[in-house]
Amino acid sequence: MLNIKADDVVRSTCPYCGVGCQVMLNVADERIFRVDAPFDVAPNYGRLCVKGRFGLDYVSHSSRLTTPLIRREQQVPGRRTAAGPADWRAASWDEALDLVAERLLDLKRRYGADCIAANACAKATNEDNYLLQKYVRAVLGTNNVDHCARLCHAGSVAGLQLALGTSAMSNSIAEMAGLECFIVTGSNTTETHPVIASFLKQAVERNGATLIVADPRQIELTQFATLWLRQNPGTDAALFTAMAHVIVSEGLHSRDFIADRTEGFGPYSEWLRQQTPEWAESTTGVPAGKIQQAARLYASAGAAAIYWGMGISQSTHGTDNTLAITNLALLCGHIGRPGTGLNPLRGQNNVQGCSDMGCLPNVFTAYQPVSTSEVQRRFETAWGTSLSSAPGLTVTEMVDGVLTGQVRGWFVMGENTLMSEPHLAHARRAVEGLEFFAAQDIFFNETNVYADVLLPAASFAEKDGTFTNSDRRVQRVRRATPPPGIARPDWEIVADLARRTIARAALDRTDLLDQWSYRSAEAVWEEIRSLTPDFAGITYDRLNSEGGVHWPCTSLQDPGTPYLFSESFPRGRGKLWTVSFETGSEQPDADYPFVLSTGRVLYHWHGGTMTRVSALDAAWPECTVELHPDDALAMRLATGDWAEVASRRGAISARVLVTGRSPRGVVFVPFHFAEAAANVLTDNRVDRRALIPDYKVCAVRIAPTAPPKGRPGALAPLAGRGAIKDPIPSSLYRSD
Amino acid sequence: MSSRDDSPSISFTMNGRTVVAAPGSTILSTARAAGVEIPTLCYHPNLTANGLCRLCVVEVVGMRALQPACVAIAAPEMVVNTETDRVIRARRVILELLASTVDLSEAPEALEYIERYCADPSRFAGGLRRTIPAIDDNPFFVRDYSKCIMCWRCIQVCAGDVQNTFALTWGGRGFESRVTTAYDQAMTESPCVFCGNCVGVCPTGALVGKVEYDMRQRDED
Amino acid sequence: MNVDAAVRLEQLDEILTTNAPQGPTLLIETLHEAQALFEGWLPAPVVERIAAAHRIPVADVYGTIEFYEMLHAGPVGQKVVRVCTDGPCAVAGADALLKQVSSDLGLRPGETAPDGSYTLERVRCLGLCDRAPAMLVGLERRAPARIEAPLLGQPAPEALKIGGLVKVALANVGVVDPTSLEDYQAQGGMAALRKARTQMTPEQIIAEVKASQLLGRGGASFPTGLKWGYAARNPRPRFFICNADESEPGAFKDRVLMDGDPFRVLEGLLIASYAVGAEHAFVYVRGEHALGYERFCTAVRQLEESGYLCGESANGPVACRIEVRRGAGAYVCGEETALMESIEGKRGFPRLRPPYPTDAGLWGHPTVINNVETLAKVPSIIMHGAQWYRSLGTPESAGTKLFAVSGSVVRSGVYEVPFGVPLSHLIFDLAGGLRPGRSVQAVLTGGAAGTFLGPDQLETPLSFEDFRRAGGTIGAGTIMVFDDMVDLRDILARVSGFFAHESCGKCYPCQMGTQRQWEILQRVARGESRPEDAENLADLAAVMADASICGLGQAASLAITDARKRWPLIFGTAGERRS
Repeated sequence: MLNIKADDVVRSTCPYCGVGCQVMLNVADERIFRVDAPFDVAPNYGRLCVKGRFGLDYVSHSSRLTTPLIRREQQVPGRRTAAGPADWRAASWDEALDLVAERLLDLKRRYGADCIAANACAKATNEDNYLLQKYVRAVLGTNNVDHCARLCHAGSVAGLQLALGTSAMSNSIAEMAGLECFIVTGSNTTETHPVIASFLKQAVERNGATLIVADPRQIELTQFATLWLRQNPGTDAALFTAMAHVIVSEGLHSRDFIADRTEGFGPYSEWLRQQTPEWAESTTGVPAGKIQQAARLYASAGAAAIYWGMGISQSTHGTDNTLAITNLALLCGHIGRPGTGLNPLRGQNNVQGCSDMGCLPNVFTAYQPVSTSEVQRRFETAWGTSLSSAPGLTVTEMVDGVLTGQVRGWFVMGENTLMSEPHLAHARRAVEGLEFFAAQDIFFNETNVYADVLLPAASFAEKDGTFTNSDRRVQRVRRATPPPGIARPDWEIVADLARRTIARAALDRTDLLDQWSYRSAEAVWEEIRSLTPDFAGITYDRLNSEGGVHWPCTSLQDPGTPYLFSESFPRGRGKLWTVSFETGSEQPDADYPFVLSTGRVLYHWHGGTMTRVSALDAAWPECTVELHPDDALAMRLATGDWAEVASRRGAISARVLVTGRSPRGVVFVPFHFAEAAANVLTDNRVDRRALIPDYKVCAVRIAPTAPPKGRPGALAPLAGRGAIKDPIPSSLYRSD
Repeated sequence: MSSRDDSPSISFTMNGRTVVAAPGSTILSTARAAGVEIPTLCYHPNLTANGLCRLCVVEVVGMRALQPACVAIAAPEMVVNTETDRVIRARRVILELLASTVDLSEAPEALEYIERYCADPSRFAGGLRRTIPAIDDNPFFVRDYSKCIMCWRCIQVCAGDVQNTFALTWGGRGFESRVTTAYDQAMTESPCVFCGNCVGVCPTGALVGKVEYDMRQRDED
Repeated sequence: MNVDAAVRLEQLDEILTTNAPQGPTLLIETLHEAQALFEGWLPAPVVERIAAAHRIPVADVYGTIEFYEMLHAGPVGQKVVRVCTDGPCAVAGADALLKQVSSDLGLRPGETAPDGSYTLERVRCLGLCDRAPAMLVGLERRAPARIEAPLLGQPAPEALKIGGLVKVALANVGVVDPTSLEDYQAQGGMAALRKARTQMTPEQIIAEVKASQLLGRGGASFPTGLKWGYAARNPRPRFFICNADESEPGAFKDRVLMDGDPFRVLEGLLIASYAVGAEHAFVYVRGEHALGYERFCTAVRQLEESGYLCGESANGPVACRIEVRRGAGAYVCGEETALMESIEGKRGFPRLRPPYPTDAGLWGHPTVINNVETLAKVPSIIMHGAQWYRSLGTPESAGTKLFAVSGSVVRSGVYEVPFGVPLSHLIFDLAGGLRPGRSVQAVLTGGAAGTFLGPDQLETPLSFEDFRRAGGTIGAGTIMVFDDMVDLRDILARVSGFFAHESCGKCYPCQMGTQRQWEILQRVARGESRPEDAENLADLAAVMADASICGLGQAASLAITDARKRWPLIFGTAGERRS
């Protein structure tokens, strides 16, 4: 490849999504100027998407945080404000970290450790995250640590835990190109996991795979689908349960597998009788014949897999949605073999790793429960201190907890609550109510401008470590450029903070300082694997020579585990669960007649912190609201017009993009744009088991509005702004 | 891709020595495994081989025309010679034709071959060249088709070989062939999703990231 | 959207309803029909609709339009005027014709009139060399065009210029009504098909054709029976294609057959399909031959209505569906594998061989491709037997051959002779010889991808073996005669220009080699040759012959190389003129 000007070419892992593409960072003058991908390396074999290929320029953007910042003015809980540039003063690491240590200890002394809550970072490395949860647990003494998986796949996780006893993607990306049959639901894969989508498309085009897409929106994958089920938003559990009904009533289920590997078939199949395709048709809007067809295709395949995303998980019944899916796989025995499986597509580049590292209120690394005494003892021994066995708060509870007074202080590592949380007005009140707020990040964002102390972190390109991608593959991240200013890797900052906190706690336990004297990221990993049987066989040496290893990998001789459950499930047998079809989502009514669904567009990432300062922004520079042509006509709105989208919780202005992609009566707004934050509109109702909010269904109204003043490009025509266009040429609108 | 069946491996003669290959292997893959260098330009291990640059041609005893090693399947008892006079002449002239048609300044492989085969880049000078102003119509990459050698890799990677996006196609025919979008529309109007997989496989820098392109321009100034 | 546009879109949808369900294969037919609806070109919204219906990406449809000369992605005039300037037409004054037309229209070649009435195009061989100079106005033939007033008046009447000693393939031409199955049957037509189906097995037919030593008449001269045998032993389904894409300069024998006796060709096709076990056959007609296309369509319809497409046979019931398809202006689509790409709805890029079409052809299935004349010989062979066929011609060159004689002869035309007859008989007895006071300077035999014979070689017998010895080429039977007033450098420039224009652009040797060859020969034709030309041409010839993917590239320098050997002075230094 052309590296005629590269000073250095460094192999690393892309920091955007859960595919975990391997990249070659070409560096000149300490700046990444080109990104390639090696052609013979898993998981991506030379493929990248626009973000990995062209969107790493954020790393060298001039607005990177370069020095610790301390808020000039003391903030009052309940009246905390967002800082402008003049409200910060630069400080040394000593001053900043000592201040954080002091304030946290102070909160702990006054209210107890559980008044502090920490947000780990699904974009930071395993090493960064492991040390954060160790700090929170071993030094601060609380289990209040969680991360954005709560807002993402928590529904999937809860469902998979109930069904199987664990929650990672069961099969591997390498199996995708050779699939025989598969279902994709609640995932606009070509925009959220483009490289995975390229393998799935090839399975169809080159391998003749049968693809069933279940999605209310006409996503690109419907072009490749054998069958497209267009269910009404929020009716997924009914759809999949009706499929299960067909499978059992037509005798297509795998009796042997059910007998050997599952439990609960008796009560489940009894309950299943009523859930006929005809019944499902009235709820879901999908013709009964299609439900039958889908069921038969899935059940009669030799090997079939299910992939899903936020459409399933981010719901007030995300857990039930997931169980409806796990039931299908267990009924047909489509799990535990290549080309099968239950595969939630993890979003963030290291959300899997962040979960694996125990950044969850109820578990340590690899999901070992904090409340299990054997586990607790092992970690107490390793960390040299006593630990709490009471599960802590989830991020949604951390927000609510501020308003109830339960939570007083936050430590937020690489997270943007005020873009990612639902019902932003509510979340903002919580942020405003904090007594102390420390944040660690690579840029300013909408949330950390409220902080008292802001610590500059190194980006993925500026540190060593590991990420774990969606198919449980642990891969290396390598330093390619120096961090800007005096920014440092997160794990180093946390270790430094830990030492200072211990010193200040005056416990006379200098031995505890040894717990925090890691000389390298590798040293941190060595500790992780010593405490985690599932990672025990993974070393940096192996990662360097093999490129990546799938956990579980219990010994140095163990090659790793591309697909899971060939013998048994962690809970023993897989359980078939009945599900509820009641919905807790906010339904449309006369005042708010549209359903709002939120999600992503290809070019942006989540809160936009990285992508709004990248060339990526030029491709999709504005927030758009997708509106069906019939709805647009009825409201006399055309592409490029400004509309106000309002819910009971707030309103935003966005540009209309007329497209048949969303069904009539449903609008779609991506959540990347701070100036038109979709989560101003969403509601914070949660799934009662997973505690995940419903980003996919709430009620809004639309009305034409004037172009907002001061919004760049507000008067320019929308068509032609970057790559913004109707994703479906008019000739391809399917009547489904 | 070679088919993995249980048939015994094939042995045949390459440049006078016996080489062994799995059934279904190409002459090229066998050569590379045996340490025999055969130049290639359009061939890419992750893409469909089209055998169109003809740089990899070799002489196979018994076949009149030279055979493209990247697609010719090794057969038992085959006698292959990879550097005969006919072969060298063909490679040299192909390189001279290329040099007379496109800008190879960012194509290190081609430049290396030109040296290796003593090709004279000025031999066919004075005829029609591909001189097209660079197209800078999107935030991510530049299309500098004066450097395009029509290897087809970008079209294929965008089509069924990898992306199934189908934003690129051929315009024109013959010497006037070019890579383009439907109706020569701007990249942002086409189905392109800017995955850059085309940039990743372009061997001559005709497709190049904007950041890198701008750096090159600055260096040249 | 105005009413007119709405109506046209409706009509387009009707076309799509018929053509699109089969997927991409009928794309080029769709494009022809759609183009006719939308003023001769294919705007983007129309192409989007077509692409969606055929389930082909828009970019691919656009790429296909861009490949074929008769398809336009941008506006053209209501009538496209095409003037041929290849060898035989050039000899007949094509340059002067083009100048006149250009002046009459006020357009340079390539331009469209501001009012959208005409587009003028300089084109390659139209296959009307017997009526040179040739032009098409829309798809109406004006050949021979009247140089003084080319656009006026009625299209030229069908003056038949055929002849020959033994009429096997030409037997009905000028005798039967080519649009009447009844008439064809009255002359004994379809008896061979009946005999083949009811009295012979496929194996027997193949054996008979092998025994007849019939060689392919498209230029490659591959033993026909052998080809059929290869396909017949491969798994079904099998396909048969009649290659009616004749587009090489100087070639027009197939045109005469398809215009004059399409039933004979189809009878041969049906016999061949039966022998090979193909239930689906195609006739691929070059897009410029509107008449031939019409004749074949009419004939197929009548055959279907009369029940000939299915029937009983010695082997059980047989059926064969015949589709007539149009090319769209690409000589390379006469190459077997490029032709198949075109039938599959794509750009005509030749495929790599192996695999050979008889193993893997259309959609990967065994396919036989035969030339029009080859198939036209089959009914007679079946009726009269291999022995009879071998009794004509010479021991090594069995049967008869159609020769298309054009250029400096008085009576250009298609003449059928048994192999072995001397070349002089063709030129002087059948084609009327040269004009008074002129003598033969050179004869280009085989076609633009052929070789020359000199005035001292006119007695060479027309057979594969004799021509080989003399350095001539039988090929498809093209004979272009150039008298002593013709500047051969100009002819060579046109020949090389033909190949450069028709190169598909896939492989480097041909894509760039034909262009450079043409550039050199253009300079030579201007009298500006350089010392390095000979060596450059030799290297280009070697690389194209050795390393091109298909026959177009492999043969593109044959005539030029031959000319260099015979007349090195042509390539003399600048300023030296042919004496």
